[in-house]
Amino acid sequence: MALRTLLASALLALFAPLALLTLPAAAQEPIRIGAFLAVTGPAAFLGDPEQKTLELYVEKLNAAGGLLGRKLQLVSYDSGGDAEKARTFAKRLIEQDKVDVIVGGSTTGETMAVVPLVEAAGMPFISLAGAVVIIEPVKKWVFKTPHTDRMACERIFLDMRARNLERVGLISGAGGFDKSMRAECLKVAPNYKIQIVADEAYGGGDTDMTAQLTKIKNTAGLQAVLNAGFGQGPAIVTKNFRQLAIGVPLYQSHGVASKEFIKLAGEAAEGVRLPAAALLVAETLPDSDPQKKVVVGYSREYTARFKTDVSTFGGHAYDGLMLAAEAMRRAGSTNKEAVRSALESIRGYVGTGGVVNMSAQDHMGLDVSAFRMLEVSKGSWVLVK
Amino acid sequence: MNAQLAQFLLSGLTIGAIYALVALGFAIIYNASHVINFAQGEFVMIGGMATVAFAGAGLPLALAIPAAVLGAVAVGLALEKFAVEPARGASVVTLIIITIGASILLRGLATLVWDKKLHALQPFSGNQPIELAGATILPQSLWVLGVSLAVLLLLGLFFSRTLTGKAMLATSHNPLAAQLCGINVRFVLLLSFGLSAALGAIAGILIAPITLTSWDVGVMLGLKGFAAAILGGLGSGAGAVVGGLALGIVESLGAGYLSSAYKDAIAFVIILAVLFFMPSGLFGKKSAERV
Repeated sequence: MALRTLLASALLALFAPLALLTLPAAAQEPIRIGAFLAVTGPAAFLGDPEQKTLELYVEKLNAAGGLLGRKLQLVSYDSGGDAEKARTFAKRLIEQDKVDVIVGGSTTGETMAVVPLVEAAGMPFISLAGAVVIIEPVKKWVFKTPHTDRMACERIFLDMRARNLERVGLISGAGGFDKSMRAECLKVAPNYKIQIVADEAYGGGDTDMTAQLTKIKNTAGLQAVLNAGFGQGPAIVTKNFRQLAIGVPLYQSHGVASKEFIKLAGEAAEGVRLPAAALLVAETLPDSDPQKKVVVGYSREYTARFKTDVSTFGGHAYDGLMLAAEAMRRAGSTNKEAVRSALESIRGYVGTGGVVNMSAQDHMGLDVSAFRMLEVSKGSWVLVK
Repeated sequence: MNAQLAQFLLSGLTIGAIYALVALGFAIIYNASHVINFAQGEFVMIGGMATVAFAGAGLPLALAIPAAVLGAVAVGLALEKFAVEPARGASVVTLIIITIGASILLRGLATLVWDKKLHALQPFSGNQPIELAGATILPQSLWVLGVSLAVLLLLGLFFSRTLTGKAMLATSHNPLAAQLCGINVRFVLLLSFGLSAALGAIAGILIAPITLTSWDVGVMLGLKGFAAAILGGLGSGAGAVVGGLALGIVESLGAGYLSSAYKDAIAFVIILAVLFFMPSGLFGKKSAERV
């Protein structure tokens, strides 16, 4: 037995160098796209569509002949939304799998845990998470595709200004998303001459917000209410808001930009406005819209393959992969520094999230116009003119 | 300002009525067995979720609701038969731990049988708010208050007028004496789980149109009901009702006049305060350990 293993390894040792020499000539190494996503766990609603999107479009890129004459290979790990795991997987992607670019990080927590690693390794990294901290201050190797909550606040305040609404009551939940958006809104409100006249909060499992909303309702001179929230809270806020017959416009955040919200809040959702990516209203966009082709294409492709509605999160993954592909095409190689600076120089790329204009100072490249203002009308989304 | 107070009181009463129903469920099982059934919140969840599921399958509400209550009762009976009864000789603490295990199991099953999403139930009679003393109230809140009141009256009649009800009361006072009088104590225990499950399910169904329902809705409602039961005095029917309503109102007033961020904390501060300063609650019997 021992002898046989010895013989086998001797044979291997003899022929292995040969194999190594012949392989690259026969088939070129694939371009490896690394990903770590929260496919399971509490953030699965982010990671699941992202994973599906990456699989679908790596396949499609390969069917179209790959990139730079080489095939693409997706190396993806499930981080379960855990920052610690994300770090481990990112290390593995960099050191063992030797990927060429990383597209991933469903949540801000995972992304920030990985930032020091990619910075040290010099690995181009496109994050799919929301918070402003990812790109502010600018980190050399870190990019991101989703809109930030600050932009959502800005888009909402713009719309309020257009309707001559100045005095706003704010109500927000206790989650990370809620708190971050509340802070951003408070920060940018003065820039739009918006006055936050009430600032109420509710707990994660709270089932009744009439007390908080009554306080807001009785605030003198109230002109609009903004709910920075995520999950069940906004649906209950919307219901309570209608119950109390508060006669001012209600704004929700992009955190509830899905059909689910309309279903949960029912009739109470009528007239609610919120900012969202163009993807949600793909089919109703005017033909002149620069994003129409991209969002309709992605949305049809995704629904046909997976038989579920598109979400903006899957769209972020689409943008991440396409930006990486575009950068490699421009760089003409997978050299990391070349890809990084190509990413930084991308202008006018039309994605599902908006028109991307990267620069050395802006590693997201989106502006407020990437958000569309939607209004709920007859149980569906309508673009606000 | 008065309209504001009226609004807080009405909101508090509505949610307080639900807490009261959950607290009554705790009281009934506690009386029959001295067990605190931590799966009580799961009955609330099953009531709401099953109604949503039945209504989604095309049943009219008038059929979906009784079906959901029956389903919850079946789960309650099964819990007693297969988890609590086999461990009959065990200490009360062991039984309580069994109910905690059962609650985790039921939540897990709910995510498998149904899903992890939130669901909304149609209100029983429209969504048009009703104005009352400058405050507004949803028709569903009237349903909550009305049905809760009816359930309380029925329970009162059951315990004072029927032989079975009296047998349950007798068992709660002294199980051994009750057994010697020919009362089937095991049946009383089984019945108490069925009754509690029905109460929980009714609470879950009534509140679902207002607060939405999901697989984990029972955790918070169960804990709040438990706080209400402690406040009123464990095992006291009147205490459960008063405790529930008081908790609902205090929460609502606290959120309105103090800080809304600590609304949920109020219930738990109450538990702590009651346990420290008046362990038998508002209406509880003074208990003394016999040495």
